[in-house]
Amino acid sequence: MNKVTMITSILLAGILTNNMVLSKFLGICPFLGVSKKVKTAVSMSIAVTIVMVIATAVTWPLNEYVLREKYNYLQTVVFILVIAAIVQLIEIFLKKYIPPVYKALGIYLPLITTNCAVLGITLLNVQDGLNYGLSLINALAAGLGFMLAMVLFAGVRERLETANVPEFLKGLPITLIAAALVSLSFLGFAGIGG
Amino acid sequence: MNKNLKTLTNGIINENPTLRLVLGTCPTLAVTTAAINGVGMGIAATIVLICSNAVISLLRNVIPNKVRIPAFITIIAGFVSVVQMLVKAFTPSIDKALGIFLPLIVVNCIILARAEMFASKNAVVPSILDGLGMGIGFTCTLTLMGMIREFLGNGTIFDIAVTKGHIAPMIIFLLPPGGFFVFGMLIAASNALAKKKGKTVVETIGCENCPSRGICGKVSCEQTAESEVETNE
Repeated sequence: MNKVTMITSILLAGILTNNMVLSKFLGICPFLGVSKKVKTAVSMSIAVTIVMVIATAVTWPLNEYVLREKYNYLQTVVFILVIAAIVQLIEIFLKKYIPPVYKALGIYLPLITTNCAVLGITLLNVQDGLNYGLSLINALAAGLGFMLAMVLFAGVRERLETANVPEFLKGLPITLIAAALVSLSFLGFAGIGG
Repeated sequence: MNKNLKTLTNGIINENPTLRLVLGTCPTLAVTTAAINGVGMGIAATIVLICSNAVISLLRNVIPNKVRIPAFITIIAGFVSVVQMLVKAFTPSIDKALGIFLPLIVVNCIILARAEMFASKNAVVPSILDGLGMGIGFTCTLTLMGMIREFLGNGTIFDIAVTKGHIAPMIIFLLPPGGFFVFGMLIAASNALAKKKGKTVVETIGCENCPSRGICGKVSCEQTAESEVETNE
């Protein structure tokens, strides 16, 4: 497979067929918790995408050159600590140098440390044996997929607000059923990109 | 003694981590395609929960308040690695079924939330009991959901054929949409029971139980996000 088709298939898989939230069930908490408005959904997913790419950029070489040979069992511990440190650093950096961005994304950053989507994607990249460049693209694709799911779902939820829902389904149950329908529609993409 | 018993049963019914606190939704949805996977995930998380609760409770006066979250995460990650290796060595089939969700126990909100809400404020024995109770509650819900999905999607329960061969299974229940749907129905059922007993109904994903609340210090994610958007405008 040449490079272009490989990159395209990774992007398509990450965004549509193997969507982080809707088919791998990673990052459900923000998906259900911060998706009431399209605007907040977009900010949250931008923050997640940035952290995913930077986290992959750091953890991949760390695993390849330090952990892989002898210290494989430390993978989980090291990865989560690196992610926690990266999130802190990004927060400090944005606060100091780009305050408007900090104001828009800052509140989402602490939530991202314990987001399973970020740890998940760094671990998956290493497990799947992707090389450095493809890992970064995979992280970006996962982030974009997360964004697509969040934005679509926020759109659905904005409509749900005014819908006449049966009493026993009000609140979280109807949100989950709506998520089931959105996820069902994503099944339709199966097979795209091989 | 009575108080300890209450701590234990609290996690199983009143504050069931998945159905009442709505924590740990990712593994709940992902691994429950078969009942046995639910049991495996539940037990793995319970072991981590008990051990991390015990250690964090012992260290509660030593860990500085400012770095408590990273400290908790490190302790939890240590125990997760232990459990990961044990599962890999003794039950490889469960290891295969749980896949990425086994190391992801580290970021399971239930464990960090119990560390933050309970273990860091209470003595060792109640903390262990709390971990055990929460773990049992988590395991029960996962097993129940696994049984429902396995029955509807494959016609079996714990691999024992029930309607298999007689009725065509609804495979959709094994796929992601089935997970969301069954979980939604379980929450609706638990809400209906709670309402009957005059308890509060779960409306949205609970921020008061969110482990990150200590860091972000706000009442709810939704409100935080909204007020932030308003001030920006």
